[in-house]
Amino acid sequence: MAVYAALLYLPASEYFETPDPGVAHKPSDSFQQFMAEAIPAGVIKSGEALYQPEMATTITVQGGKGGDAIVTDGPYAEAKEVLGGYFIIEVADLDEAIKWAAKMPPAFEGGKVELRPVLLRQR
Amino acid sequence: MTTPQSHPAGTTPRTPRGGAEERPSASALRLEETVRVEGASVLATLTRALGSLQLAEDAVQEAAIAALRAWPASGIPDDPRAWLLVTARNKAYDILRRESARPSKENAAALLPHTETTPDTAAMALDQLEPDSSVRDDMLRLIFTCCHPALAPEARVALALRTLAGLEVAAIARAFGVTEQTMAKRLVRTRQKIATAGIPYKVPDDAELPERLPAVLAVVYLIATEAHSPSSGDSVANIDYGREAIRLARLIADLMPGEPEILSLLALLLFTSARQPARVSSGGGMPVLLADQDRSLWERGMITEAVGLLNEAVRRSSGVAGPYQLQAHLAACHAVAPTWADTDWGRIVALYDLMLELGPNPAVALNRAVALGERDGPAAMLAAVDAIDGLGRSHLWHAARADALTRLDRRDEAAAALRTALDLAVAAPDRALLTARLQELTGPRDDPPG
Repeated sequence: MAVYAALLYLPASEYFETPDPGVAHKPSDSFQQFMAEAIPAGVIKSGEALYQPEMATTITVQGGKGGDAIVTDGPYAEAKEVLGGYFIIEVADLDEAIKWAAKMPPAFEGGKVELRPVLLRQR
Repeated sequence: MTTPQSHPAGTTPRTPRGGAEERPSASALRLEETVRVEGASVLATLTRALGSLQLAEDAVQEAAIAALRAWPASGIPDDPRAWLLVTARNKAYDILRRESARPSKENAAALLPHTETTPDTAAMALDQLEPDSSVRDDMLRLIFTCCHPALAPEARVALALRTLAGLEVAAIARAFGVTEQTMAKRLVRTRQKIATAGIPYKVPDDAELPERLPAVLAVVYLIATEAHSPSSGDSVANIDYGREAIRLARLIADLMPGEPEILSLLALLLFTSARQPARVSSGGGMPVLLADQDRSLWERGMITEAVGLLNEAVRRSSGVAGPYQLQAHLAACHAVAPTWADTDWGRIVALYDLMLELGPNPAVALNRAVALGERDGPAAMLAAVDAIDGLGRSHLWHAARADALTRLDRRDEAAAALRTALDLAVAAPDRALLTARLQELTGPRDDPPG
């Protein structure tokens, strides 16, 4: 079996409605449909939706570990497509991962899905 | 020249060896050919057993070197595939032993990326290897792995030339215009992607095949295109691309008989290749355009075979022509026409129209404009050329404009278009051709118009 991160990119102009803090986000009908199929199939290990990039905070540390944390608002650059969420999936191989990725709504709703194999961690 | 036809891996017919009529160079060539063809099928089987393309390739490479060393003296064994498989298997044992003996076992682990494969289980898999277990499926697996759409097209082409055609890294590097070291690194990276991204070593099932076949055919087509018009540089590299493409197409057609697009692609390659003897001028160097070719030089045998393949493709495609079939029909129109003027331009325009229905394609539109010029005259051609967007940086577009303008006797505009084309052309043969046309156009005015 192989584990992939399916990174869900959305057109920045069509980011989903983000709720106020503390209010639960209701996935769109297409996402609910996808999960209704993928969860019983045992494909999804985890996954989350993310607030839009404007809500992001970016941190770099200057001068090596323990140095000054430089905190900036938002992402580094304006992007046409932004990360909107991810799934961690476990499937037999890339062909199977591609099949599931093609069913994830961003893939057919103007965005895209990037599949990244997850590194095996040393124990 | 008659080129030896390639056969599906493992079924190469044995021909009598060491005949008196054979010169040493010919037998050496045949020996190399045997190592390449059989080597690819051994690689396929070993990759299946080991689950690692890298390890299998290293082992087959060593076995090939051993064969090239041993066979000139001993003669090609009766069953060269079995010889190579046993030798490669032993080499794989050696490599695994060598890597396991190192202080760090990381290398052995790196060669066997699948977590369930360990040096021990790999050795077991090698023990159980049966020499003739389904060569066909092994080859198909290898083809679909090397031509997986998750690999970049250039990476697919390079890997296919290495694994399926069995060419040396040095030869592939020359063809791509990079150093051997750079090409070796690229190939390692491609194999790494196959292993880490989890590209499966399997034949797609029938439902997946329509999606996966185009990526395979694209590799063959790209190899052939490079043969027909090298994209840059002065001389064609040492690889006979046309021959390699036909070999691969034959192999795939043998493995998946009856797939109409494969038959069409093979037909297309044969039609194109049949014209090759007429493409180079007697002085050498400059390509001869289709319009000016001596058609008696075309290889009729290839054309006959291609016509047969295309008919078979039509019969099997139940009325829906794929993109390669349309291209093969076009090539067939030219192949059966007695002269350029006597070509069925109406049919050619119609075929280009069908191609454009598949999606906008400026290069196809340009070819259509040329065909239209033959059917309806230069004014129609010029209008069609000018209507194409997005080819302003292509020397072919400006050369086509120049052609239409010349025939309309608008010589100054034609010369200007040719100069622009010359500024944009890179490949030496293209430049030579454009220069000659410019000289012809701007030469003495009292020349009778050609």
